[in-house]
Amino acid sequence: MIPLLIYIAIFVAAFFLVTKVVQGAGLKDYTSLKTVTFGDESAVRPNRAAGVISILTIFLMWGIFTGSSLLPSFLHAPGPFEGTATFTYTAQVEGQAPDDATVTVVVHPREQETEAPQVEPGDGFAKNDSAAIAQWRTGLINVARNDEISKSDGNQVIAINGQKIAPGESVEVEGGVVTLSDKGTPNFQPTRGWQMEPLYLPAPEAVWVRSIEIAKEGFRNFTLLEHLGYSLFRVVVGFLLGALVGIPLGYAMGLSDWFRGWFDPIVEFMRPVPPLALIPLVIIWAGIGEAGKIILLFLAALWIMAIAARSGVSGVKISKVHAAYSLGASKWQIMRYVIVPNSLPEIFTGARVAMGVCWGTVVAAELVAAEQGAGMMIMTASKFQNTDIVIMGIILIGVIGFGIDMLMRWAERLLVPWKGKG
Amino acid sequence: MTGLSIQNLSMRFDLPNGDHVQALQDVSLDLKAGELLSVLGPSGCGKTTLLNIVAGFLAPTSGKLVLNGHDIKGPDAERGMVFQQGALFEWMSVRENVGFGPSMKGTPKIDKDKTVDHLLDVVGLQDFKEKAVYELSGGMQQRVALARCLANDPDVILMDEPLGALDALTREKMQSLVLKLWKETGKTIILITHSVEEALLLGERLIVMAPRPGRIHKEYRLPFADLGVDADLREVKKHPEFGPRREEILNMIWDMEEEIMGGTEDAA
Ligand SMILES: Nc1ncnc2c1ncn2[C@@H]1O[C@H](COP(=O)(O)OP(=O)(O)O)[C@@H](O)[C@H]1O
Ligand SMILES: [Mg+2]
Repeated sequence: MIPLLIYIAIFVAAFFLVTKVVQGAGLKDYTSLKTVTFGDESAVRPNRAAGVISILTIFLMWGIFTGSSLLPSFLHAPGPFEGTATFTYTAQVEGQAPDDATVTVVVHPREQETEAPQVEPGDGFAKNDSAAIAQWRTGLINVARNDEISKSDGNQVIAINGQKIAPGESVEVEGGVVTLSDKGTPNFQPTRGWQMEPLYLPAPEAVWVRSIEIAKEGFRNFTLLEHLGYSLFRVVVGFLLGALVGIPLGYAMGLSDWFRGWFDPIVEFMRPVPPLALIPLVIIWAGIGEAGKIILLFLAALWIMAIAARSGVSGVKISKVHAAYSLGASKWQIMRYVIVPNSLPEIFTGARVAMGVCWGTVVAAELVAAEQGAGMMIMTASKFQNTDIVIMGIILIGVIGFGIDMLMRWAERLLVPWKGKG
Repeated sequence: MTGLSIQNLSMRFDLPNGDHVQALQDVSLDLKAGELLSVLGPSGCGKTTLLNIVAGFLAPTSGKLVLNGHDIKGPDAERGMVFQQGALFEWMSVRENVGFGPSMKGTPKIDKDKTVDHLLDVVGLQDFKEKAVYELSGGMQQRVALARCLANDPDVILMDEPLGALDALTREKMQSLVLKLWKETGKTIILITHSVEEALLLGERLIVMAPRPGRIHKEYRLPFADLGVDADLREVKKHPEFGPRREEILNMIWDMEEEIMGGTEDAA
């Protein structure tokens, strides 16, 4: 809840700061003079400043709630308690006066082994205790253990820091909360603060350090590049095979009624089946090795490419074909110089979609079963609670997916500049 | 025998629902080589169908087509076609579009380049040679289409409302260009248009077609095309015969359109 409110606050503050104060002070551009902006593409283009601030905000929030060392510490959300805390408990035994004793708790970071400190026993039948508890964890402190009268002889904790307490109730003390368990043993929970536990969300720099480490040393017998390379290799091979079969199939379907009739039911049926749903069958048939993955990606790309090629062929304007005929072109020449180039924009659109689907599918397939690959990396890391590797993997998968799309767009602009211009 | 002869041409479309449309009925027409015929008529009277049959894209239900002594049996480079718009190949540059016909025939590059250069000069697009066709204005695109058609040196040029999508001013310039090209190349031209003025200005001969079934309603021989070759088309329009002719044909087509509208009302 608090992170969401902070996020909204940053959004609103940045909006007013940038649009009203910084950009509003400059000259009005033409767009701002328009009164009709709905449905006008030129009127709503992404605000660059908003984009940059948006990304910075994500890292900022990440840093705030993980106590990142990249941020000055006054920006950190309150962190978990660390250090020594003390509280007193009051023990009572039937027929005797209650006696107080002090408990000293050392709260230490998880990765740092710490011994409970030595303390003086003190006077009375209740003796002073000590404990060491890791941050984010809780600890039962069996205070009666060293007392002169044991629990089984009727030694009961009735108050913490002088406040009455019964089993199930809590008392706030320095550095945390003491709750009396059902059996009457105090349970100390150190204050957690608002930061995320590193186990769930490591700080950005921790992810960065781990990325460098994995890049240098590898993960599970393969280097980082090999993991990513395997995923990419599967995508590229699966996609190429899919395109190699799908495009001619699409052409045949666009040009011949027999092919159209024969393959339409198959294509139309397979199209809405998500490739992920094929993973179990592919594993049964082809196992978890390369062959299975490539078959899966081949199938993912095949239908998309066939449909793209089919609509590219069917979409040719009849006047273009007529023009070519009356300019003396033969059937083959029309195929080569009219039908094929005319279908390329559609095929490129299909290829972009197919690459995106393949990338998503390969990661999912690797999550299920693989010896290497981006998906396998994050799945294995998650089993060992290496959240930093999981986050690194997700970021890399996103970056690569984005890169693939950018590459396809660039190729499209370069190779079919006439797209959408007919 | 040179020229185009259309003999008792009929075209009937059978519709999937069992109905049929008599798009053309018993159309006969003789065109001498080098004649420019403009075709007018309300929409749906079979103008495009007639042109498509002459181009060879459609086989007529009955009738005979003879060009320069041989039967027409399908599309051929001897009959070039200029469409209204969107028939250029946008994946090719202006030069490649114009050179398309010669390329298909395997004309040597030197000859092809010469033809293309010459035609680009004629239509005034030499500076746009390497541009993509979608970078040109509508008028320029139609000039490319004309040049592309001429590059094949066809005997007959078929035009289906080639200037229909252009603005008035560009259209006027293009009309002069068509006349100039006609005179210079001596091609036989069939031009379909919706504009009565255009039909009068460009057509040495003019036929008005009537619908249901599609047939030739009336034919004219006109002096304006010859006058327009050397004169400003606006001057030609001031010719004493021009106004009355325009009124006459406008009324004729108007009446036909009324009849169609009336007919559909009766049917409804
Ligand atoms: N391929 C076709 N199938 C069925 N009917 C057609 C086809 N082509 C044209 N027609 C019909 O033939 C008639 C003449 O069409 P068309 O030649 O396009 O007329 P115009 O060009 O004079 O407007 C119209 O009624 C049209 O609906
Ligand atoms: Mg028509």
